Amino acid sequence: MSDATLERSAAAAPAPIASPRELLPYAIFAAVLMLVLVYFVGAEQGATSLFSGSYVHELVHDARHLLGFPCH
Amino acid sequence: MARSLLVRGLLAGLAAGLLAFAFAFAFGEPQVQHAIDFEDHLALLRHEPPDPELVSRGVQRTLGLLTGTVLTGIALGGIFSLAFAWAYGRLTRFGPRATAALLALGAYLAVTAVPATKYPPNPPTIGNAGTIDRRTVLYFAMIAISLLAFVAAVRLWRELAPRMGSWNAAIAGGGAFLALIAAAELILPGVHETPGGFPADVLWRFRIASLGTNATLWTAIGLGFGALAERVVARHDPGRAAVAVEA
Repeated sequence: MSDATLERSAAAAPAPIASPRELLPYAIFAAVLMLVLVYFVGAEQGATSLFSGSYVHELVHDARHLLGFPCH
Repeated sequence: MARSLLVRGLLAGLAAGLLAFAFAFAFGEPQVQHAIDFEDHLALLRHEPPDPELVSRGVQRTLGLLTGTVLTGIALGGIFSLAFAWAYGRLTRFGPRATAALLALGAYLAVTAVPATKYPPNPPTIGNAGTIDRRTVLYFAMIAISLLAFVAAVRLWRELAPRMGSWNAAIAGGGAFLALIAAAELILPGVHETPGGFPADVLWRFRIASLGTNATLWTAIGLGFGALAERVVARHDPGRAAVAVEA
């Protein structure tokens, strides 16, 4: 199977599968969601705080360090 | 279409988050613990009381780490799938799995590896609480610069490729990327906050583990999403559909 697939896929040039217009609302939603999630893992109760205290910071503390975000 | 890809991106991201957790737990956590032990030792020498533990170390290194890597994996997997939906058939002439793998490699370089040459990941103890605002702004600024420079380099490559050939255009694009990054790194201020006496071995191993954690995350997203998305692409790209049916 794999040999045949390789030969034929070389013949059929990939064509775009989604128009920018179709992608835009998903892209906006996913970008906002991504920023919120990355913010909570990476920065909440560090440089800025939406919730008081430091529970969020302490819970994701190790992930924050190991994913490379500045901390402490 | 976008929906099917987004669902697969979130799934690949979830799996990538689990794998990144396993890598970080095995290779990163011992270094984090060494760093915290060093910090406690310093506090003891200064006769300072130890910091109160709001979340125990046991929870931090398991559930806490897992929460962080999985949320990050899902977020990056989702956005990755949409970048893929745009890139497939436009950015390269490769099939879905190679496109996903290349996109993930590019993301790892632009988001993690290149920014880390200026602001490398640091274990606990390193970094003053008083400079966290400044360090956070600089860190995200460096990621933004790196991403923009990467996009500019890819556009340059696409622009030049028909005239210069793919290889020469890639060298020109790569050169432009390096020049932009070098200029940014010379202009942006450095952050040097490692306390005297901090074990260099621990710092080195922590940074390697941190790069490895991110590499695990992006590798799993790229390869995992490529595997999951192959059939979705075949349904929507007539050329690939023929391939799938005949194979």
